[in-house]
Amino acid sequence: MSEPVNTAVSEPPLLEVSDLTVHHGQLRALDALSLTVMPGEVYAIIGANGAGKSTLLRTIAGLHQPTAGAVRLDGEDVTVLRPERRARQGIVMVPEGRRLFGSLSVEENLQVGATYARPGPWTIEKVYETFDWMRSRRGQRAAQLSGGEQQTVSIGRALVANPRVLLLDELSLGLAPVIVQRIYGMLPQILATGLTVLLVEQDVSQALRVASHIHCLLEGRTTLEGRPADVTAEQVEAAYFGLAGTGAASRSAEGSEA
Amino acid sequence: MAWVNAIIQGVLTGGLYALFACGLSLMFGVMKVVNLAHGDLAVVAGYVAIGIITATHIPVLWSVVVVVPVMAVLGYVLQRTLIQSALNRGVLTTLIVTLGVSMVIENGLLQFFTANTRGIGPNLSLVTSSFSLGSQIQIAWLLVVIFAVAVVVLLGLQYFLSGSKYGRLIRATADDQEAVQLAGADYRHVFGIAAALALGTVALGGIAYGMYADLDPTAGTDTILLFAFVAVVIGGLGSLWGTLLGGVVLGVAQQIGAQINFSYEVLAGYIVFLAILVLRPEGLTTRKAQS
Repeated sequence: MSEPVNTAVSEPPLLEVSDLTVHHGQLRALDALSLTVMPGEVYAIIGANGAGKSTLLRTIAGLHQPTAGAVRLDGEDVTVLRPERRARQGIVMVPEGRRLFGSLSVEENLQVGATYARPGPWTIEKVYETFDWMRSRRGQRAAQLSGGEQQTVSIGRALVANPRVLLLDELSLGLAPVIVQRIYGMLPQILATGLTVLLVEQDVSQALRVASHIHCLLEGRTTLEGRPADVTAEQVEAAYFGLAGTGAASRSAEGSEA
Repeated sequence: MAWVNAIIQGVLTGGLYALFACGLSLMFGVMKVVNLAHGDLAVVAGYVAIGIITATHIPVLWSVVVVVPVMAVLGYVLQRTLIQSALNRGVLTTLIVTLGVSMVIENGLLQFFTANTRGIGPNLSLVTSSFSLGSQIQIAWLLVVIFAVAVVVLLGLQYFLSGSKYGRLIRATADDQEAVQLAGADYRHVFGIAAALALGTVALGGIAYGMYADLDPTAGTDTILLFAFVAVVIGGLGSLWGTLLGGVVLGVAQQIGAQINFSYEVLAGYIVFLAILVLRPEGLTTRKAQS
């Protein structure tokens, strides 16, 4: 509310990452990375293995501390906040590998997710309405569910916290393509409740299909960013694999890093 | 008849051992901390009870109302400070730190209270009275009451863990510490609550032991911690009701050993312990902490 109204842009960014550098020991996983996520966007981070995608998401969620740079939510600096504080302020992550509480029932998983929820449209009841198979199996232990079911419960557990920014880390990992399609097919329904999604995806075509903005990483640096409609398949390929920078991809990379 | 007597006494003693063991099991199950000061903290609870009774002359059993919350708060503080900072340096560090706490407590008690043994409420009718079953079996009321308290404590813990918000968070944290943070919960606070529960239960164990036998500064490690360990391992790591089963098996083994030859009492318990480790190392119950 205290944000000064910018005359050029109608809305302030919801999530801002500026000059974020993260080290894993000696290894520099992210190198002065910046990105801006606008409200209502589906912002997709793509890149090869080891590009720093998951590190970026985990740092935004507060699970890694950056060596330099800042993370801002709605203009407020959250860089030094612990992960649970960020979750309560609306940065909620669906972690890679689903990470359900295996000995708890489906419903208890959702209840844990709702324990420190912000006020908002998502309730356990609403999750049951959205994913209708879940209600009849709410007493079942999470460890007994299939991978796709676990992924859906993991998303439900994040949704009941009523996030402002939902971070999705590699939803497709270890799941059959048809299941992945179905889970991504739920995205419009989720977005309709007014939240913003920042996702990491190894499957580039999947990311291009759902994203309103893509951002390609290579060895911790930006190699390409823009709207899916504005980038060509060749640019994406060059940015993804870091092919010699003679084409449009490298120009775009220089442009985004400037 | 002597054998029946041994079994009955052994089963009842198992309640006392369950009070020693359930907190140890809970802390291991949730934060993977083996609290080597667990028994000494029970002794501290007993000494605090004696101190309160001597100073204020409140009825002996009322001291429980004071001591249990005090120990629970101490458990929370200990977890959030010493044990958490040890955990941040790796699980093995917690062994060294809790061993250090154990030594400090034992030597502190020796320094300030001497090596003399002390009992809690030795003249209480609850402590001295018993009833007869048939002509040869004498059962102390105290053991019956302690066994009942242990059952109530375990039922309470089970109810709390399965039904309450914090109970759910404790189980979730035991499953996945990181995911719990992503759900907005401070796992360190959850750990603190688990430690408070653990020390609350072992405070009851310490007071019960002070009434059943006598407390001295080294009873914490020599008796309480060792018996708690044995009960936990026999029953199955992380299993709540397993601590009662483990306690009962240990108690019965000791009584039967004592029946054969009085000097075999403690030895018999450890023989059963070793046999379980060899034959069924996962313990008699393999159920998780919530069951």
